[in-house]
Amino acid sequence: MSGEPAALGTPELPTFIRQGTFRRLAKMPTVWIATVILFTALFFSFFGALLAPFDPNFTDLNMVNMAPFASDFLLGGDRAGRDIFSRLLVATSNTIGGAAIAVSISVAIGASIGLMAGYYGRVFDALGAWLSNLIQALPGIIVLIAVYVVAGPSTVTSMIVVGILIAPVYFRLMRNVVISVRNELYVDAARVSGLSDIRIMSRHIFVVVRAPIIIEMAYIAGIALVIQATLEFIGLGSPENPTWGGMLQDSFNALYISPFAILWPALSIILTVLAFVFLSNAVRDTLGDPRSSGGKARKAIVSTPDSRATADAGSTHAFLTVRDLSVAYPLSKNESRTVVNKVNLEVNRGEVLGLVGESGSGKTQTAFAILGLLPPEAIVDSGRIVLGSTPLLGLTEKKLNALRGSEIAYVPQEPMSNLDPAFTVGQQFGYAMRKKLGLSKAQSRERALSLLARVNINDPERVYDYYPHQLSGGMAQRVLIAIAVSCDPELLIADEPTTALDVTVQAEVLDLLRGLQQERSMALILVTHNFGVVADICDRVAVMKDGEIVETGDTRKIVKHPEHPYTQLLLSSVLDNVPMRAPLEPQAEVRA
Amino acid sequence: MSREATPLLQVKDLAVEYRSSGWRRPANRVLHNVSLDIHEGETLGLVGESGSGKTTLGRSILGLVPVASGQIIYDGRDITRARRRARRALAREIQVVFQDPYSSLNPSLLVSDILSEPLRAAGIGGAESRRRVRELLDRVGMPADASERYPVEFSGGQRQRIAIARALALEPRLIICDEPVSALDLSTQARVLDLLIDIQERTGVTLLVISHDLSVIRAVCHRVAVMFKGEIVEQGSTSSVINHPTQMYTKKLLLAAPVTDPDEQRERREARRLLAETEAVA
Repeated sequence: MSGEPAALGTPELPTFIRQGTFRRLAKMPTVWIATVILFTALFFSFFGALLAPFDPNFTDLNMVNMAPFASDFLLGGDRAGRDIFSRLLVATSNTIGGAAIAVSISVAIGASIGLMAGYYGRVFDALGAWLSNLIQALPGIIVLIAVYVVAGPSTVTSMIVVGILIAPVYFRLMRNVVISVRNELYVDAARVSGLSDIRIMSRHIFVVVRAPIIIEMAYIAGIALVIQATLEFIGLGSPENPTWGGMLQDSFNALYISPFAILWPALSIILTVLAFVFLSNAVRDTLGDPRSSGGKARKAIVSTPDSRATADAGSTHAFLTVRDLSVAYPLSKNESRTVVNKVNLEVNRGEVLGLVGESGSGKTQTAFAILGLLPPEAIVDSGRIVLGSTPLLGLTEKKLNALRGSEIAYVPQEPMSNLDPAFTVGQQFGYAMRKKLGLSKAQSRERALSLLARVNINDPERVYDYYPHQLSGGMAQRVLIAIAVSCDPELLIADEPTTALDVTVQAEVLDLLRGLQQERSMALILVTHNFGVVADICDRVAVMKDGEIVETGDTRKIVKHPEHPYTQLLLSSVLDNVPMRAPLEPQAEVRA
Repeated sequence: MSREATPLLQVKDLAVEYRSSGWRRPANRVLHNVSLDIHEGETLGLVGESGSGKTTLGRSILGLVPVASGQIIYDGRDITRARRRARRALAREIQVVFQDPYSSLNPSLLVSDILSEPLRAAGIGGAESRRRVRELLDRVGMPADASERYPVEFSGGQRQRIAIARALALEPRLIICDEPVSALDLSTQARVLDLLIDIQERTGVTLLVISHDLSVIRAVCHRVAVMFKGEIVEQGSTSSVINHPTQMYTKKLLLAAPVTDPDEQRERREARRLLAETEAVA
């Protein structure tokens, strides 16, 4: 069905993360520099021994503590008369190899146990968490010294131990990510499809968790490198194999005689570790925030031709007038996507306007533009919005805030996510009223209680002290409505206020909205996709499609005699008009 | 009604509990002695509000939640506590379409991978699997080139078609559709429901449609069961339940759903108010 419109709930969602990530990463200079450094280090760790001009253990007594750039020994000689440059190249392999061992061990242990703990939970989880806590409680350096004493000097052994000591980091990361993925519906669907656990883990879960693991790997590699250098520096490495940390120790002992010798291993360590850390950060930022390359946050751009704004502002009598409103989002430097296109709306006091459309039609964007709640990257490139006699577009945040609550108020779609879980109902009430109406604490409590009673909450005193998680969805929405009308707004904008609610609760909330709107003769804009809701409460309705209003008029007229083909399509799709499914013919006998 | 044939699926006195998070806190019982029959080739609707336990019932049939007591009998076999191996074999018999087509398709897999996955699990691979994937896409009205694209590239309605195709892959006899259209736009809903009816008419598959929306139930179901607080309060043919509800809750549910005609809606509002008053008196 290619005729269906592409579903774009919010226009700012990136459509193809996959292709964009690498391109965005490639644009960052830090990523380039870090990659070049890491590839160089990787190159030398493979070919360093072949490229080294001298054997790393070849000594020449003439070269003891030789200054750099003064002889055949390019970077000078160390205190035993060995070539620092050759040793540095050969050490790359041991150092990077050591870090690689630590990282692989920690990923192998931490990630696999974390995967099982997250997926199976219960015993695995308890056991894994116990082990992880145990390892984290161990003093790492003492364990490493003990291993050194028992097993002798070996870079490989010590890095394996380091890997085990770091494993809890992966365990936690993996466990937490897996727990969040385990409850995804597609994992359930895979189970119902008859997939084995191993298949589900490798195909569905590992795919999702691999990104954070890879990001963490670069970071851990940096840390492992530092730990390794530290161990070598305090003498816990093997003396035969040169490493950067071991060279650091060598040159540190000769610091006063040959001050430059310490520079080379130190620089190697610092540059490589920084490269790991910067790369890890860059990848994390890019994956975490798809728009991070967009630059600093800006205020919504509003370009209103001032001359026009004042020209005929007073010529209409509607309480809220929206004229030629257009909202767009930038896609790239030169392109933008228009989500609201030349919209005209009028709402009078005491009137309920329904704004109807499917997802992506721009109805919520229109409502947000009126509320001044568009995200910073939105461009309002034409039009004006006048409330009473105040033009709203281009107002400063401060002036808008003065209007919000007392002039315009908002009831959101998701009642639960719009109440702050950290505060009680009463606290969330009090804020606005004390600020807007200048009420005392006692007065605001009294007013809040009467409002809660008005929105049909049974025991206002008790609910006043509830935290949001103690409320049901319907109660939360009533509370939000009560808060919205607490400062006597003239205009209430409700964005799909009943979509998240059950039908029986929806009916009650609509009754409530209608009642409040009539008592206070508020103007009400109701954004919805449901024609039943429109029929129930709206006086007039505006039908939106692809950012434009295709038809507007009296509800009865639009619903009974729609003129625009899109309105006709929408109304014909309403399932109430679909014939009822006939009972099943008793085919059992026929078939048998 | 002649019902000599044994039902395809029988649910007997089913109870499901969720363990509470607190220590020694009593378990939270979400289904109480639910009994239900689904016959071969029919569509049974399960309607109720959030928290009524309708989704839990579907999930317990699928083996996704443990059963506290009672029995689930599929085609004469007791599958109440089927082990993993038996459960995996049931994939060829019972399938599912979830509510949310955004989270029920793994975003990092190609559509062809998503559709071939159940086939591979059943030991069908290679050319045969590719042929079946093409056939499935065709059956749900998607273009064949959809298989080499990712789920993000499709709209909600198209994704739900892909999810239906996945459910059809193993040619099951029973498909549980948990809120199959409630995440979709209005104009898409009707088309997806038409697709379900069309598939049923062509293949004779049995459907259990779970929905909070009576108009969805009305459009696709032969029979309907109304759930309220973990119990089935009323069941019967769709027309009798919708036209002549006997239970208070069913009446309330029916009147609460708004209709598009403003005048009719006004009458319903009035009827609902009267009903609430009589209930308050009673």
